[in-house]
Amino acid sequence: MIKVESLTKRYARTVAVDGISFEVEKGRIVGFLGPNGAGKTTTMRVLTCFMPPTSGTARVAGFDVLQQPLEVKKRIGYLPESPPLYPEMEVVEYLRFVGRLKGIPKSAVDRRVDEVCERCAITDVRTRLLSKLSRGYRQRVGLAQAIIHNPDVLILDEPTAGLDPKQINETRRLIKSLAGDHTIILSTHILPEVEQTCEQVIIIDKGKLVATDTVENLTHRLRGSETVAVEVAPRDGALETAEVQRRLEQVPGVSRVIFKETRDNRHRFEVESLEGRSVRGALARSVVEAGWDLVELHATALSLEQIFLQLTASEDGGAAGGKP
Amino acid sequence: MKNIWIICRKELRSYFASPIAYGLMAFFAAIAGYFFYVATAIFVTRGLESQMMGRGFPMDVNEWVVRPVLMNISVIGLFLIPMITMRLFAEEKRSGTIELLATSPVRDSEIILGKWLAALILYTCILAISALNIALLFLYGKPDWRPILVGYLGLLLQGGALLAIGTFISTTTRNQIIAGTATFAACLLLWVFDWITAYETTTWAKVMSYLSVVTHFEPFAKGVLDSKHAIYYLSVIFFGLFLTARSMESLRWRA
Repeated sequence: MIKVESLTKRYARTVAVDGISFEVEKGRIVGFLGPNGAGKTTTMRVLTCFMPPTSGTARVAGFDVLQQPLEVKKRIGYLPESPPLYPEMEVVEYLRFVGRLKGIPKSAVDRRVDEVCERCAITDVRTRLLSKLSRGYRQRVGLAQAIIHNPDVLILDEPTAGLDPKQINETRRLIKSLAGDHTIILSTHILPEVEQTCEQVIIIDKGKLVATDTVENLTHRLRGSETVAVEVAPRDGALETAEVQRRLEQVPGVSRVIFKETRDNRHRFEVESLEGRSVRGALARSVVEAGWDLVELHATALSLEQIFLQLTASEDGGAAGGKP
Repeated sequence: MKNIWIICRKELRSYFASPIAYGLMAFFAAIAGYFFYVATAIFVTRGLESQMMGRGFPMDVNEWVVRPVLMNISVIGLFLIPMITMRLFAEEKRSGTIELLATSPVRDSEIILGKWLAALILYTCILAISALNIALLFLYGKPDWRPILVGYLGLLLQGGALLAIGTFISTTTRNQIIAGTATFAACLLLWVFDWITAYETTTWAKVMSYLSVVTHFEPFAKGVLDSKHAIYYLSVIFFGLFLTARSMESLRWRA
């Protein structure tokens, strides 16, 4: 559905996107993952024909963004980072305008507006001014605007940014429900978001493609070794940090123990396991057998930062996850 | 064509949903009414004077009232037009809605024409208020309606030309105030260019005078329809909209 080949976008002084290639199949939800300034928005803007690429090609549904922009635009629904709303318009009026702009005939536009209002749960604010809407509603109107002409491809730039947790959940559910009919690309810098909503993930950093894979493969690849946070306290009296550290290091499967902090006589460590080993059970046993209290023990999720470190390390020459 | 109208209607809707349109109309109604009153008052006094002195030369309403009023209106236009065009693109750029327009299946030219047309329609509505004043003349006298029509055609052409320039300037910034100020400066320059002919007769003075929007309006105010001047306005309209299109394209490349 989407085919991007060695796409490069250069601004006056900086290279925003540097030779990215990827493909997206029909009906997929794809997460576009990267830190701020990685080139996500730029790539999306090229795909939506907002700006032309410096070199390379991008095709949507078989149409080139440079050669046939009108054909591409007809097939794309786009929600920019901040929803493009006209504050002086009412919700219905705005959606009708966008619908007409996207080429829906006059006779069909009212019905279509009702449908998307229903779908995006904004029916109760139909006659409100856009300037009076809350952040969550604004985002939903933005989504409604993007899907109004029933496009093949939906491009959503950070659709959950700035929403509260409840709204984030609702928005994610809404996006997932759209997946059947549309191919969706959504950008984010939040890893769990990709895990929860997407099937495929494209990771870019500093304008370069770092990895593209299915979510399962990627998390599997990255979760080869696990990181565990451990907090230990003495049952009574005092306890030496070094003593705990020595004991934790002796647990089979542990590759590294990093001391974090001591507060109220509670010692906090971060423990990394060898690849393919789960050490949480052994850690717990070891602490309890030593006669200490195990205050806390949990596997920490890999942060995006760590993922980048791991991925870029693995590309640098086979050092993938292979810690000594 | 259909897309132009969709954009145009949306723009008109924003003009009339905000106080801009009404404010401009009220301002114009007051000032155009004042000019009309002054011109009529002068006409009446002069008429009485010449009657009392027994000269009895015929005084023409078209010449004494309509022409000065139209000339004044064309100058007021220079002040109104920046306020009409300043938001056209600057506001879309500031609020990010330009991304919606630019990623919709419409051509840049359709967006530009739609917006310019909306500005022109608003300007026509504003001018129509002064037509009410002129209409009063028909109640008390018999002015010739043909020169009046030509005069209004001239006002529309002049308005269209300045609106095109304003539309272009609005694409160059995301700040309405800057767009408005720059357009006002441009309008003012195009107005005063003409003054140089008062004391200079060099080729440059002639060129500057030719560029001045006011030079070309005078014949219209007199009721003379001269294609030369109409072509001047039409080419300024074309040039302004062409620059707007180039500016929008460069916006995409730089963004």
